[in-house]
Amino acid sequence: MKALDTIGLQLVWDRLLAIVEEQAQTLMRTAFSTVVREAGDLSAGVFDPEGSMLAQAITGTPGHVNAMARAVRHFLRRYPLQSMHEGDVFLTNDPWLATGHLNDFTVVTPVYYGGEPVALFASTSHIADVGGRGFGPDASEVFEEGINIPIMALFNAGARNETLMEIISANVRDPVVAEGDLYSLTACNEAGARDLCSTLEEHQLGSLREVANHVLTTSRGAMEREINKLPPGIYENSMNVDGYDVPVHIACAMRIDQDRISIDFAGSSPTSTYGINVPANYTEAYASFGVRCLIGSSIPNNAGSLGTIGVKAPEGSILNAMPPCAVSARHALGQMLPDVIMGCLEQIIPESVVAEGSSCIWNPVLMNTPRTAGELVGTPFVINPIYNGGTGARFMKDGLSTTAFPSGVRTTPTEINEVTSPLIFDRREFLQDSGGRGRRRGGLGQVVEIRHGAGDAFIVSKMFDRIEHPARGRAGGGNGRAGKVYIKNGGSLRGKGKDVVPAGATLVLETPGGAGYGDPLEREEIDIRRDLEDGFVSESS
Amino acid sequence: MSTRLAIDIGGTFTDVVLQCETERFTTKVLTTHVDPSDGALAAVATVLDDSSIKSSSIELVVHGTTLATNALIQRRGAKTALLTTAGHRDVIEMAFENRFDQYDLNIDRARPLVPRALRLPIAERIDAAGEVVTALDAASVDAALDILETAQIESVAIGFLHSYANPKHEELVAARLHERLMDVAVSRSSAVCPEIREYERFSTTCANAYVLPLMSRYLVQLESQLVGLGISCPMLMMTSGGGLTTFETAARFPIRLVESGPAGGAILAAQIAAELNLDKVLSFDMGGTTAKICLIDSAVPQFSRAFEVDRRYRFKKGSGLPVRIPVIEMVEIGAGGGSIASVDNLSRVRVGPESTGSEPGPACYGKEGREATVTDADVVMGRIDEERFASGNITLDVDAAARAVKEAVGDVLDFDLHHAAFAISEIVDENMATAARSHASEWGKALAGRTLIAFGGAAPIHAARLASKLGIERVLIPADASVGSAIGFLIAPVSYEVVRSRYLTLSAFDGELIQAVIAEMREEATAIVSSASIGQSVTEITKAYMRYIGQGYEVAVEFDPRYTKNQMIEAFEESYADLYGRIIPGLDIEVLSWTLTLTAERKGSIPIDETSTSASHDGDYPTRLMNDDGQLVPTKVISRDQLSTDEPLQGPMLVIEDQTTTVVPSRFAFHLDARGHVVMESVER
Repeated sequence: MKALDTIGLQLVWDRLLAIVEEQAQTLMRTAFSTVVREAGDLSAGVFDPEGSMLAQAITGTPGHVNAMARAVRHFLRRYPLQSMHEGDVFLTNDPWLATGHLNDFTVVTPVYYGGEPVALFASTSHIADVGGRGFGPDASEVFEEGINIPIMALFNAGARNETLMEIISANVRDPVVAEGDLYSLTACNEAGARDLCSTLEEHQLGSLREVANHVLTTSRGAMEREINKLPPGIYENSMNVDGYDVPVHIACAMRIDQDRISIDFAGSSPTSTYGINVPANYTEAYASFGVRCLIGSSIPNNAGSLGTIGVKAPEGSILNAMPPCAVSARHALGQMLPDVIMGCLEQIIPESVVAEGSSCIWNPVLMNTPRTAGELVGTPFVINPIYNGGTGARFMKDGLSTTAFPSGVRTTPTEINEVTSPLIFDRREFLQDSGGRGRRRGGLGQVVEIRHGAGDAFIVSKMFDRIEHPARGRAGGGNGRAGKVYIKNGGSLRGKGKDVVPAGATLVLETPGGAGYGDPLEREEIDIRRDLEDGFVSESS
Repeated sequence: MSTRLAIDIGGTFTDVVLQCETERFTTKVLTTHVDPSDGALAAVATVLDDSSIKSSSIELVVHGTTLATNALIQRRGAKTALLTTAGHRDVIEMAFENRFDQYDLNIDRARPLVPRALRLPIAERIDAAGEVVTALDAASVDAALDILETAQIESVAIGFLHSYANPKHEELVAARLHERLMDVAVSRSSAVCPEIREYERFSTTCANAYVLPLMSRYLVQLESQLVGLGISCPMLMMTSGGGLTTFETAARFPIRLVESGPAGGAILAAQIAAELNLDKVLSFDMGGTTAKICLIDSAVPQFSRAFEVDRRYRFKKGSGLPVRIPVIEMVEIGAGGGSIASVDNLSRVRVGPESTGSEPGPACYGKEGREATVTDADVVMGRIDEERFASGNITLDVDAAARAVKEAVGDVLDFDLHHAAFAISEIVDENMATAARSHASEWGKALAGRTLIAFGGAAPIHAARLASKLGIERVLIPADASVGSAIGFLIAPVSYEVVRSRYLTLSAFDGELIQAVIAEMREEATAIVSSASIGQSVTEITKAYMRYIGQGYEVAVEFDPRYTKNQMIEAFEESYADLYGRIIPGLDIEVLSWTLTLTAERKGSIPIDETSTSASHDGDYPTRLMNDDGQLVPTKVISRDQLSTDEPLQGPMLVIEDQTTTVVPSRFAFHLDARGHVVMESVER
C-alpha cells in the first residue's frame, strides 16, 4: 500500500497548489483595483491550523512572498484558533502586520470540516484608495496615508461587521470599490475552503496533518539540499539608489550555513522623511524572492521552503521602518532588493545571477492642470501608464529590453492611453545604446514622448529611480544607461514629485537600461552583428 | 445527407472521414511533417478504397490543418516586413513589457515575426478619434518601398496607430504598395483585426502576413491535388471560430485557420448536446500531444477573441504571440498520449507538458522512443488492445512500454510496475482536472452536473477517471470518437465574424453610431458568407465588448442593435454578474469593440453510422487484467461493434474499437444509446 499512499499524498499536494492558484485567479478576475487585475498585486495561500503556510499561489506579487504568511501568525496570536467560529472572517491592513502599506488588505478565513478547524485561507489584495493623501510617497507619517484597521472580524459567524464597514466607507474616496474588493477577498477564501473540503472528502482525510507534514518536510529537505550545495560563508554587497530627496544606501550581508541562509541589512540608510520606508515584512518578501529565484526555484513556496531563509534589518533603518513612518511607496526600494541579493550570490553562483536592472517600475501619473477659479483648463483626466527599463544581462543571455523585474506588471497600450486622455504619445521606442555593454548586453530602456493633443499644459507626478544611480554591470560588464526625465528642447526634471509640463511642450521619459554581464571584448561577433542590424547598438559605440 | 469528405491534419495524426449517407469510413495516419498533404492524400485514397465510393461523387470537402500554426511555431513563414507609424516600430517586440514566469530568470519572450530592421517607420499619425494629426508622407512610403524591393520581401504587414478608427492611411499605403510591387502579399491591420490595442492588432497582422504566401500556395496546391484524385466539388476550410469559409477567404486571412482541428471537436460536442438536449456539457479532446477542454452551455461552445500561438514555455500563458481572431475558447494543456513522465527533485511524479509527438513517439511504438509516456502507462495498465491500436497501423511493443515506465518512475520511487503506471495515469488525469477547474472558474461556470463528451485518440481511455475527479457523473463517447474533430468539420456551418473598435460610453449613448458600425460589419460579413452558403438562411449575432470605465478587461455582451441605453446597461450587468458575481452600481460603462457574426443555417444532424451498430454478441467476453484504481482486476473486453443498444452493462470493462478504447472503471455502468454513443454513468458502490 505504500505506493498508493505516496501517490495519494502527491495528489492532495498538487490539489492544494491548484486550489490556491484558483483562489488567486478568482481574486484577480473579480478585484476592482486595476493594479490587481492587470498586474496581479495580490496573493493567496492555505495554512495549517498552526499557521504554517502549505501552499501559496504563483500568481501574485513577489512583494507578498512570506509577508502574508507572517500576517497569518499575527492573526492567530490576536485570535487563537480555539476562539474562532465557523463563518468568521478576519482582516487587517496594518502595514506592519499585513504586507507593508495601508492599501493592502489581508483577509483570513478559518475552514471547518466535520465541525473541526482544519486549515486557514488567507488572501491579500491592493485596494485602490484607502483615504488619506492618496497613494504616493509624499506623506511624512503613516497617519496621513489613510485608514488603518487593526486585526478584527469582518464577519462574525457569518454576520457582517456593519460598524467596521461603515467606518471604512466613511474614510475612503470610493466606498463601493473598497466594499467590492473586501467581498472578493472574502469570496476567494470561501471558494478555496469549499474546494479544500471536497478534496478532503474525495481522499477520505479527516485533517491535513499528514499532508502538511509531507509538504513541509519534503520542501524543507529539498531546499536544504540546494543550500548545502553552496559554499558556506558570509557574502556582502551594497548598492546606492536615488531615494526621494537623498540617496539611499542598501547594505547586505548574506550568511550561508548548513541548511540555512541568513540575510542582514545592517548598515543600510536610516528611515526617510517620505513614504518610501519599508516595513520589515516587505523587506523579507523581496529579499526572499531574490533568493528563491536562484535557489530551488522549482520548489513551491511554503513554510518548509521559506523557513530556510532568515531576513533581518536593524530597527529604524529604512528597511525596517517602525510606526509611524510613512510607507505608502515602499515598493520603490523593495523592488531594488533582488538586485542586492544577486550581488551577494554572484560571489558563489555567478552563472545563475542577473546583472542589476532598471528594477523600479516607471509609472508616471499624468493629469490635467488644476482648474483656477471659475476657469476650466481642458478636459479633466488622470492616467497612470507603466513603462519599464531593461533587465540586467543573464550569464548566458542578454537582458530583457523594456521588461518589469522583479515586479510582474504589464504595460498599458498607447491606444488605450490616448482614448482615455487627451495626450498624444509621439514616440515609444527602444533607446539605442541604453543596455550596459558586456559579453551579454543589458536589456534596453525606452524613450517615451508625451504631449497634450490640444497643446495645453499637464501635470506629471513621478516616483522614478536609477537616474543618479544606474544599474551596475557584473564581471566586467558595463553599467546600464541612467534614466532621464526632461522637457524636449528644454530642461531636465527631477525623478520624484510633481511637475507641470508647460503648454505646447513635450515630456520625454528615458527609462534606465539594464547592466551588462562579462567583458564586452568577449562578446561574440554574431551578437554584435545582430545588435547592429537591429539598431540596438550604434556603430559608433 | 450527401457524400462529404473531411480532412483534419493535426500535430500528431491526420484523420480522414468519408461520410456517404449513413455509412462512414474513417482512417487515422501519422502526420507527415515534411509535406502534410502527402499523408492526407494517402489517407483520402485509403478511405476511397475502403468505401468503393467514386471520388467524383463527393459533394463537399472540408479541411482543417495545423500548417499555419506549424509555420508560426517553426518560424518557416515568408520574409515579412511591417510598415508602421514612425516612433512606434518596437510595439511588437516590447509586447506587454512583462515576464510570464515569475521565478525563471532565463525566460525569453517569443521572438517577433518581423525583425527590427524590417519594421519601417512611416511618417503619419491619426488620433484616437480617427482625425488626421500628421498627414501621410508619400516620400517616407516610397523610401520604405525601396527597402522592401531591395530586401526582396514576400509579404508586408501594415499597422498604423488608431487605424481601427480610420483606415485611410493604411489603405493609401496598401494601394501604393500594390502599384509598385504587385507580387507582394499585403495584410492591413484595419482589415485583419480592426480592434483597439496596437500590440495585439499588429501581432495578429504580422502573423497573418507571415503565413499568407505559404498558405495561399498550399491551398492552391491541395485543391489541384484533390482534383487530381477526381474530386471536383466545392471545398471549404474550417476556422478556429468553428465556422467554415471559402479557400479564397482563407487565403486572405490565413491566421483564422490556426486551431481549426480542436474547433471541429467542439462543434461535434455542441451538436451532440443539441441533439440530446444536454444543457451543460464539457468537451474533452485528448490526442497525442495535448488535451483541450471546452465549456458548452445550451449547445453553444464558449467563444472568445483572444488566442496565443507558439506558447513556447510549456504551454504557459503569455509565452506565445497573441492573435485576436474569433476562436472557440478552450483550455489546452500539455497532456496527451505522448506526454513524458518523470520524477522531480521533490520525488513527485511529473507528466508532460513535454511530449514525444509522433516522432519518435512513446516507447511502445517500438521506434527510437525510450521515454515513458501516458500511452506506455495505459499499455502497462492493460487498457489498450495491442492488436487494434491506430487501426493496426502501429504494432505495440508491450515490453518496451513496461521497461520505460519501470525506469522513469518505478525504479526511482521504488514502486512496482503497476503502481508506477497508475501514478502516471493519475497525475496526467489530475493535471487535466486542474486545468478544467481553473478554466471553468475563469468563466464563472460550474462543472458538477455536466456531461463529459470525450473524443480524440486518448480521451476515451481517460474520460471516466477525469469525470470522477471533476464530480461529473455522465460521460459520453461518440461513435468514431478518435476522429471526432473531423466529424465535427462535416457538420460545421458556414460562418464569419467581423470586428470593429468604436469607443462609446453608455452615459453618452449614441444609437446611430451603433447602427452605423453594425451596418458596416454586416456588409463585410455578408460578402464573405453568401459566397459559401448560397440558398441558406443566415442568422446574425452582435456582441459589444464592454467594461466599467477604467477596468482592464472587457466582457463580451450579446445585444440587439435596436437596444436602448437602458437595455444595453441591463445586458452588460447581466453578463458581468454571471462572470464576477456582482455589479458596481453607479459606475459608467464603456464599449471598446463590437463584433458581428453571420452563420448560415446548419442542415441536418450528426449522421448515425449504421455500420457500427449492427452486430450482437453472446454475452461471453474475453477478459484481461486491467489496473482499475490501482488494483489489478479481471476485466471483460468487448468490441464496440458488438454492443447492442440499451443493454446496460457494468464496469470494469474495456470497449475496443479500431482507433481507441473506452475504459469503463468499476464505478461506472454504461450502455450504447440509439445514436451509437457509449454512455457511462457513475454508480454508487
